Amino acid sequence: MVRPLLNVPREVRAGVAFEVRILIQHAMETGFRRDAMGMVVAQDIINRFECAVDGEEVFSATLHPAISANPYLAFSARLGRSGTMVLRWVDDRGGEGREEVSISVS
Amino acid sequence: MMVLPRRAFVLMAAAGVVLPAGVRAKPGEVEALIRAVAGGGVVRAGRVRLAVPELVENGNAVGISVGAEVPAGAVLTDIHVFADGNPRPGVAHFRFGRLSGGGKVATRIRLATSQTVHAVAVFADGSCWHDSVSVLVTLSACLDD
Repeated sequence: MVRPLLNVPREVRAGVAFEVRILIQHAMETGFRRDAMGMVVAQDIINRFECAVDGEEVFSATLHPAISANPYLAFSARLGRSGTMVLRWVDDRGGEGREEVSISVS
Repeated sequence: MMVLPRRAFVLMAAAGVVLPAGVRAKPGEVEALIRAVAGGGVVRAGRVRLAVPELVENGNAVGISVGAEVPAGAVLTDIHVFADGNPRPGVAHFRFGRLSGGGKVATRIRLATSQTVHAVAVFADGSCWHDSVSVLVTLSACLDD
């Protein structure tokens, strides 16, 4: 999978919420579209997205075909201590994506 | 370029103009989904705010944001988004973990036609809150091309 556009601050203040934004390149085939031969194009969407810091859940999403192509998600996190944020997602064909960011908390 | 037998082409062309069944969610489907999310509990207005532009030019990418007001002591666990005019009404289900920085989420969605978008927030104590916005879509998200 192509690397996503990810926006996460590398340094944050303890207990202060900050925003995480991610834009993942993906066609998000709805399963309703037909190709030039009139055949239905099989559904292929990112159906699951998860964000955790050192194994502790921050945010997760179960997505349906109504999410636009190249899905964009913005959510917030609040940390008490430094850690590694892991963002993971999977699509209907078993394709996986993963990003890691070290965040230092002061 | 592929050459289609004329008969096959005519059949496909004829099939193409017929709208596939279930292009729009059945009436009451979103209500049933919201009831299922609430688990039989009361669904109240307030505490959650759904922001969607009321006039949308392109239904393929409509920016939405959902914000839940979390009073001290309360814990937000889930936000569900439904669209009653899409072939399938489910849009997304967001879960907020212990390290979540508040009940805010933004994304971009597809809207097949003018319709009402719903957001339901569920708190750890089981209370459910609902907000909805009616949206006028001028260019629908394409279903068939």
